Amino acid sequence: MAKQVKVSLIGNPNTGKTSVFNLLTGLNQQVGNYPGITVEKKEGICKLSRGVKAHILDLPGTYSLNASSLDENVVIELLLNKNDKDFPDVAVVVSDVENLKRNLLLFTQIKDLDIPTILVINMADRMNRKGITLDIPVLEKELNTKIALVSARKKEGIDELKKLIESYALLPKSSCVNALSFAPEYFDRLQKAFPNQSLYKLWLVITQDVNFRKFNKQAIAIAPDFKIKSESELKRLQQKETIKRYQFINDVLKKGLIVDEKAATGMRAKLDRVLTHKFWGYFIFFAILLLIFQAIYDWSSYPMDMIDEAFAWLSEATKSALPAGPFVDLITEGIIPGLGGIVIFIPQIAFLFLFISILEESGYMSRVVFLMDRVMRRFGLSGKSVVPLVSGTACAIPAVMATRNIENWKERLITILVVPFTTCAARLPVYLIIIALVIPDEKVGWIFSYQSLTLMFLYFLGFGTAVGSAWLLNKILKIKSKSYFVIEMPGYKIPLFKNVVINVIEKTKAFVFGAGKIILAISIVLWVLASFGPNENFNNADQIVTNANTNLSQEEIDQKIASHKLEYSFIGYAGKAIEPIVAPLGYDWKIGIGIISSFAAREVFVGTLATIYSVGSDEEETIKNRMAAEVNPITGAPLFNLASGISLLLFYAFAMQCMSTLAIVKRETNSWKWPMAQLVFMSALAYAIALIAYQVLK
Amino acid sequence: MDRIFYTIFALFKFNLNKNLKTTIASLKRGQRALIKEITSDIIPLKLLEMGCLPGNEVELLQTAPFQCPMYLNVNGSHLAIRKEIAAQIEVQII
Repeated sequence: MAKQVKVSLIGNPNTGKTSVFNLLTGLNQQVGNYPGITVEKKEGICKLSRGVKAHILDLPGTYSLNASSLDENVVIELLLNKNDKDFPDVAVVVSDVENLKRNLLLFTQIKDLDIPTILVINMADRMNRKGITLDIPVLEKELNTKIALVSARKKEGIDELKKLIESYALLPKSSCVNALSFAPEYFDRLQKAFPNQSLYKLWLVITQDVNFRKFNKQAIAIAPDFKIKSESELKRLQQKETIKRYQFINDVLKKGLIVDEKAATGMRAKLDRVLTHKFWGYFIFFAILLLIFQAIYDWSSYPMDMIDEAFAWLSEATKSALPAGPFVDLITEGIIPGLGGIVIFIPQIAFLFLFISILEESGYMSRVVFLMDRVMRRFGLSGKSVVPLVSGTACAIPAVMATRNIENWKERLITILVVPFTTCAARLPVYLIIIALVIPDEKVGWIFSYQSLTLMFLYFLGFGTAVGSAWLLNKILKIKSKSYFVIEMPGYKIPLFKNVVINVIEKTKAFVFGAGKIILAISIVLWVLASFGPNENFNNADQIVTNANTNLSQEEIDQKIASHKLEYSFIGYAGKAIEPIVAPLGYDWKIGIGIISSFAAREVFVGTLATIYSVGSDEEETIKNRMAAEVNPITGAPLFNLASGISLLLFYAFAMQCMSTLAIVKRETNSWKWPMAQLVFMSALAYAIALIAYQVLK
Repeated sequence: MDRIFYTIFALFKFNLNKNLKTTIASLKRGQRALIKEITSDIIPLKLLEMGCLPGNEVELLQTAPFQCPMYLNVNGSHLAIRKEIAAQIEVQII
C-alpha cells in the first residue's frame, strides 16, 4: 500500500477552510457522519507526489479548543486521542488574512498539543485591497511553524502547501507560547501530579466537558496532591489564558503584519447599511425568500414534469419489452415508480441548496440571522430557522436538510419537528380538488373568492401551527444546550462556483442515498398491498366484473376490474378495516384507502381516488364529478359536503403523511424516535381537529 | 435655593450612575468605546476568544429592531451578540 499522510484541516468558520479542502481533494471526497452523532464528517484523498497520498479530514469549524458544541467536541476528542485511526500526522490550521489575529488563537492552542502544524494564510488575494503586508519569515520564526500563503479563489499556493504536507516530519512540534505561565503555582502542582502528561492536555481534560475515554476528569480529581478548582475559578483561569495568548499574538503581529488602513477598501460597511437596515434589510430578505420560493415551486416544476414523464415512459417500455408476470409488474409498477418518487425531488433539493450555499458563501446568511433572531427566539427557534420554514412551503425534505446550519441542537431539532406543518406543494392537489368540491364558487367583495380565501387560510394555518408547536416544544423539551448567541458577521465575498456546485451535489447525494432507500422500500410494500388480495374476490376479479357487466365496452370493463381489484386487495381490506375509525370524521372506506396510501406521499390521494372511482384518468374534472356523486353509506346524503370536506382539508393540513419526510428526519436526527414522535403527534392532532370540525359542522 | 441644590445633586448622581453603568448595550450607533475589566461569569468564554477583551476597542455598527441583537466591531472582529450579554460588558466611551 502506498504511504498515506494523515492530515487534519482545522480552522475558524468563514476562513475558507472548505475551499482549501475542495482544492486539495477535488471531487475525491466523501461525506458521512461521525458514529452516533449528527456531525458531518468530510474526508478526501489528495495526491502529493508519486506514490505519496494524503488522507485529508476536514474537521468542523471551531473558534478554539474550548468546545461549546457537538461539532467542536469532535475536534478536541480527535486531537487528544493518539489511538484514533484519524489522529493526524500533521495539522493544517487554516486562517483568513483579514482576521489573522483571531484565527491565530486556535493556532497557538493546536501548537500546544505537540502535533506538527502548518499555518495556511488563506484569501491572500485580498491582501492588496485591504492594505495588508506580511513578513512571512518573521511570522514563521515567531510562531515556530511553516506558513503557506494560499488563495483558494485564485488557486494559488496549493502546490507549496502540498510540499509542506509531504515533508511534515521536518516541522517543529513544540509550542510557540507558554500560555499557562500566568498561574505558575497551580500548574506546577498539576504537572508534578502527572509528570508523564503534557500540561496543556491535562488542562484541556480538566476544563472541557468532553468524553475522553480512558483519561478523564475523575482520574485527575483523585490525584493526591492536586485539587481541581471550582467552575467559576476555572473559568477565570481560562479567561487569563486567553488574554495571555492574545498578548503573544499581538506582539507577533506587531513584528510581522502591517495594515495600511488608508489603502483598505471594502463593500462591507456600505452593504451592511442596506442589508441590515431596519426596513430595507427585511424588504430585501423577503424579496430573496420570494425568489427561492418561486424557484422551488415554479421553476423546478419543468424538470420535475420531465422526470415524471421519463419514468412513466420507462415503466411502459419495460412492460412492453418483457413478458407479463408478477415479477415484471413488481418492476414496472413497484420499483420504477418508487425510483421515480425519489428522483422527482432532486430538482427542488438542488434549487434550494443552490440558493442556500450562495447565501452562506457570500456571507449574507449571518445577516439573516441578525435580522430574524429576535422574532424567532420567542418561539424557541433560531434566526436561521427562517429559511427551512419558508422552503418547507415547497417541500419539507430539502427544508429539513437545510436545518444543518443551525448550530444549537435544541433549536435545530425544534425546527426539524415543526417544518412538516408548513403547507408543502404535495398538499396542494388535495386542497384544490376538495376546495373545488365543497367550497362555494362565490365572490366576497369584488376580488376574493371563498375558494382562494380558504386556500390562503390553509397556508396561514400551516405556518401558524408550525410556529405554535415550536413554542410548545420549547417549553416541553428538556435539552441542555448552551445558547449564548455570538455570531460572526463575515465580510462579503463572491461565492466560489466550485464550492457551490460541490455542496449541491453533496446534498442531493445525501438525499438520494439516505432517504431514497426507505422511500423505495415503502413504495414496494404499498405496491404489494395494492396488487395482491387474500381471497377469490381478488383473484377472479376479471371474471366477476365481466359477468356482471356484459353490456359495457372493453375499456370501461378494464376500469371496473381495476377498481374491483383495489377494493378486494390487502389495502382495500385495510381501508374497510379503518372505516369505523374514519367514519366519525365523515369519510368512507374509499377515502380511508386514500389516506393510507397518502402516507407514502400526500399527492397520491388524488391518483388513488381516481383508481378507486375507476375514472381511468387523473383529470381533475372527471374525478371531481365522480366524487360529487358519491353518497355517504350511513346518511345517504352526498359524501363530500362542507363538513366532511373541511374535515378532510384539516386532516391533510395537520397529518404527517409523507414517508420521505420521515426518512429524512430519521437521517438528520440519527434516530427513529423523532420521526415516530412526529408521526404520532401530528396524526393524532389531525384526527382530533378533523373530528371536531366534522362533528360541529355536521 | 433648596430646589437648585437638589437639582444639582440629582444631576450629579445621574452622571455618577451613568458613568458606573456604561455598557455596550448603552452605546449609540457609530459610537466607539474601550472595554473595561470583564468580571461577570455570564459572559461566555467564546466572546473573549473572538476578541472581546479588556482594553480593546468596540464600535456599535448596527442594531436590529428593539436593539437586539447588536452588531459590533470588536478589535477588527465583526460579531453580533444579544442585548443581555452586551449589558454585562462595561465600557468607557471614547
